[in-house]
Amino acid sequence: MHVFVWLPLVIPAIAALAARPLAELLPPRTATWLLAASAVILAVASCGALGVLALAAAVHIPFVAAAAGMSVRSVNSSDPASLPLGVLAGALLAAATIAAVRAAWLRTTALVTAHQQNRQLASASQVTEATEAVVVQDDGVDAYTVPGWPSRIIVTSGMLAALTPAEREVLLAHERTHAGSRHHLFAAVARLAAAANPLLGPLATAIGYSVERWADERAAAAAGSRPLAARTIAKAALAATAAPAFRAHSAVVLAALPRPSTLRRAGPVPRRVAALLGPPPRLRLVPLVLTVALVAFAGLSALEAARDLHAMIELAQSAV
Amino acid sequence: MHDDDQPAGSPRRAAGELEAAALAVLQASSSALTPGQVLDRLGGGLAYTTVVTILSRLHAKGVLTRLRSGRAYSYAPVADEPGLAALRMRGVLDSEADREAVLSRFVSELSPADENLLRRVLADPGSGG
Repeated sequence: MHVFVWLPLVIPAIAALAARPLAELLPPRTATWLLAASAVILAVASCGALGVLALAAAVHIPFVAAAAGMSVRSVNSSDPASLPLGVLAGALLAAATIAAVRAAWLRTTALVTAHQQNRQLASASQVTEATEAVVVQDDGVDAYTVPGWPSRIIVTSGMLAALTPAEREVLLAHERTHAGSRHHLFAAVARLAAAANPLLGPLATAIGYSVERWADERAAAAAGSRPLAARTIAKAALAATAAPAFRAHSAVVLAALPRPSTLRRAGPVPRRVAALLGPPPRLRLVPLVLTVALVAFAGLSALEAARDLHAMIELAQSAV
Repeated sequence: MHDDDQPAGSPRRAAGELEAAALAVLQASSSALTPGQVLDRLGGGLAYTTVVTILSRLHAKGVLTRLRSGRAYSYAPVADEPGLAALRMRGVLDSEADREAVLSRFVSELSPADENLLRRVLADPGSGG
C-alpha cells in the first residue's frame, strides 16, 4: 500500500491546527465556505482511506480472495498489507459510520422540531409570515434564531432593555444574517464531518465561530459602524452574564483594543469584539490557496489509494 | 408530560421544559388553576413545591397572572400569544438532544476572564459599583 492511503488520515490533523487561525484570518464568509468544504472532503477522504486499508487486508484472507475470484499468491506478492491494521481500520470505519448516522439523525430531528415549532408559533394570533422577531417577556438577556422556513428570531424583553435602539438594529441584523444565509446548515455539515472523524472537531468549532463573525460583519455593514456592532455584542454578553445593575448603563464607550496575547486564550465573544474593533477582514490568498491545496491533496490521495487497490484486485483476478 | 421516558434518577429536565409544560396545562384550561391542580394535570411525580416554584417564576416573567383564591394563588396565562408561543417553543427546543443545532445564540456565555476582558474593552462606567 502506497503512502497515499496515509495522507488522508494525517492531513485532518494538520487542518485541525489551521482551523482557528483560518477563521480569524480570512473574511468570515470565505472562511465558513472554505472550512465547511474542507471538513466534508477530509471526512470523506479519511473514511475512504480507512475503507481502502480494511479492504486491502480483507483480500489477503484466502476465503475472501476466493469469493472475489482472486489469486491469493498474486495478492500476497503485490501488496504486503497487515491483517491487524486492516481490522483496526475496519473497526474505525464502522465507528465513524455509526457516529455519522447518529449525528445526522439527531440533527435532523432537532431541525424538524425547530421547523414545527416555528410553524406553531406562526399559528399564534398576531404572528404572520412577515413577522420576523418575537419578543418574549423575560428578564433574562437572550436572543437567538430558530431555523425553519421561514426562520424566526426570538428576543427577550431583558435583551431589548439592555440595548439602545441602534444596538437593537445591530442585534436584529446579526440574527437576520443567520436566518437568511442558512448558517445552521453549515453548522450541521461541520458537526456531521466531526462525528465521522473526531480530528475535524476544531474545524466544526471554527465554523461555529466564523458564522458568528459573518453575521457580525453583516450587522456592522447594515448599521454602518463596526465599533457600534462591537459595543452591541460586548454589552449584550455582559448583560447576559452580569448583575442586572449593569443593564442600566447605556453610555458605555469603547476603550482599548485587547492585546493579541490576551485574546489567544479568550473565548469567542471577546475575539468577535476585537475583530470588529480591528481593521475590516480582507481576502488573503496565501492561506486560502494553501488550504485548498492541502485538502485537495488529501482527497486526491484517497482517490489514488482506491485506484491502486482496484488495480491490484484486477491483477489478482486475472492471475487466477 | 414528557415524563414517561425518563427513568427515576435520570438527568433533571431542563427548567424551560417544565415551564413550558406548566404553561401548556394552564393554556389548555378554561379557568385559572391552583398549583395543586397544575400538579395533578402535569403528573409525573413532581413535588408540589416544584410546581409552585415554576408558577411563581412564570409569574415573575410576566407570563402568568395570579389571583388570590382562598389561601393559595391561582394562575392563568396573560394574553400575549406570540410571546407565550415563543416561550413554549423554547421549552420544547431546550429538551432536544441536539439543542445547539437549533438555537444560534447572539452571545455565548462568558467565562470570568472573558467578562473582565470585555469590561476593560468597554470601559464600563458601571463596573465600579
